[in-house]
Amino acid sequence: MPEEQNNLFMAVFTDEDHCLEAVKACTQANFTYHDVLAPYAVHGLDRAMGLPFSKITWVTFLCGLGGTSIAFLGMGYISGWDWPLNIGGKGALPFPAMVPIMFELTVLLGGLCTMLALFAFCFLFPGKQARLFHARQTDDRFVVVLEMDEDFSEAKAREIFTANHAEEIRQVPHDYNVNAAGEDD
Amino acid sequence: MAHHYSELRRPLVLGDKTLHDVTNDVCSSIEGKPSLMWWVGWLATGSVAAMGVGVILYQIYVGIGTWGLNKTVGWGFDITNFVFWIGIGHAGTLISAVLFLFRQKWRTSINRSAEAMTLFAVICAFVFPVIHMGRPWIGAIWIAPYPNLRGPIWVNVRSPLLWDVFAISTYFTISLCFWYIGLIPDLATVRDRAKHWARKVFYGTLSMGWRGSVRHWNHYETTYMIFAGLATPLVFSVHSIVSMDFATSVLPGWHTTIFPPYFVAGAIFSGFAMVLTLLLIARETMNLKSYITEDHLDNMGKIIILTGSMVGLAYSTEFLIAWYSGSTYELFAFINRATGPFAWSYWIMVSCNVISPQVLWFRKLRRSPIFLFIMSIFVNIGMWFERFVIIVTSLHRDFLPSSWAHYYPTWVEIATLAGTFGIFFFLFFCFIRLLPGIAFGEVKGVMKMGRTHKHEHKPAEVSHA
Repeated sequence: MPEEQNNLFMAVFTDEDHCLEAVKACTQANFTYHDVLAPYAVHGLDRAMGLPFSKITWVTFLCGLGGTSIAFLGMGYISGWDWPLNIGGKGALPFPAMVPIMFELTVLLGGLCTMLALFAFCFLFPGKQARLFHARQTDDRFVVVLEMDEDFSEAKAREIFTANHAEEIRQVPHDYNVNAAGEDD
Repeated sequence: MAHHYSELRRPLVLGDKTLHDVTNDVCSSIEGKPSLMWWVGWLATGSVAAMGVGVILYQIYVGIGTWGLNKTVGWGFDITNFVFWIGIGHAGTLISAVLFLFRQKWRTSINRSAEAMTLFAVICAFVFPVIHMGRPWIGAIWIAPYPNLRGPIWVNVRSPLLWDVFAISTYFTISLCFWYIGLIPDLATVRDRAKHWARKVFYGTLSMGWRGSVRHWNHYETTYMIFAGLATPLVFSVHSIVSMDFATSVLPGWHTTIFPPYFVAGAIFSGFAMVLTLLLIARETMNLKSYITEDHLDNMGKIIILTGSMVGLAYSTEFLIAWYSGSTYELFAFINRATGPFAWSYWIMVSCNVISPQVLWFRKLRRSPIFLFIMSIFVNIGMWFERFVIIVTSLHRDFLPSSWAHYYPTWVEIATLAGTFGIFFFLFFCFIRLLPGIAFGEVKGVMKMGRTHKHEHKPAEVSHA
């Protein structure tokens, strides 16, 4: 991939609406995003970037289903097979009494796996160094970083960023990181 | 872009703050030196918590013979405290999950501390069944085959007490995950502001390299939504299952089909009262009046009057059904509650839970911090007595008058109750010192709610184009 040679072109915004408009224009201009960074979840920014809906929902669904099955089979084994007890003439496998634990394990496994999937999808782990393009990108700055590849046009990008009140526009090396200790990512 | 300044909605954050102001305001309580108030509170609650831990160890060592229980009243302060603390936790999940699904943006100022409160309350609750079951040192294998002389015997999967084990451990785990996921972006902000290496390591480890990439926010927001979706039925299930500990028995006063919704409403009621107690203190001492505004207090007041009235309805429904059922024992249990030896506790419950919240119909009172604080203490007391009334008055006089008995708590039980309050508040003091007490990442996202760019238009300059 020639990508390693590419420099990056970044713009810093101070307002979510300006950033959102700039991203919409960049997507329309067919630019490639290296990254877009926001201090909080800005409504619609992910769709404006052209990102698909997260597939994390599938993890939740499948793991939740796994939780339901483990609960059902586990209780079936305990009270229907290994040590059957007839309590109140209701048989050894009364379905209604199994519902609460089936529900709880669905939520427990679904939730835990969703959290782990989030960490995996975003490649987050304790000790990871965050890559920062701006010292205040987790505070109040919105950063749009574009790849300077064959689709890129500096004049066009400058025009979009200036029109949307960018605070700072500049070209940076591909491994740019203001986080002094940062070497990861 | 819209250029109207909305007068329909009051801002969720007062004082025309910038995004950076919000970060500074919230981080100041964990970055600067703690105030004298904090030290006093931390030491005072820490001492009570230490006393609580001592008493807990004492009763684990000596056994539950240190309690005032007898053959008739087999559950007393222990299960009363357990149900009380589990109920306290419910407001946190309601604020973080249910209000999220209902798009109640005002939740963002209070959800972090309410969720923390949930976790601490569940920790306090957990103490009681663990001591009560005896031999807590083998607690880890209670849900596995139980070691005994007849060979391995499984737990009874049809017992609500076992459902409770699953419900409460799931509740704690999911609440903890939800809370932590919410904390990650804020911890990253604190990490990027940190000067001292120890703070960099502490917040750097906890924030796991979060950098705010929109690709990550995409997964993050989906995860947050899923957690809200999972936690919403979970919170209703937890107190429903707690209520089934009672409702599936045959004891008059417990054997009631309205218990699940009645308990859930009561839990939210008591939880919101505790949220108010904590936040009104935090608001005064930590300078958070711009974030926890009178509108927030107003909203919480409304939820208290709603759930308080539901609880009141449940009390009267119980009485009606006891009479309508034609069951002598059922009717006696309720008449005994209101007129028997524990009538004082019943009337404390009714006056604190049903009568006192009715004053919140007045808007002025819902917006008065001092009044709300007094109110919230009343509700906390009332809801503790509700659980006491349900448990003790139902047990102490059941079917056979020859087995009737009375119940007096011992000093150990009273000290344990006080100790759990100490543990709860002590953990809260630690929390507001170590972690951002307001979810500022979420607050920033809702600051523009219903208004246009504040730099361009001021409220006075409403333009009707």
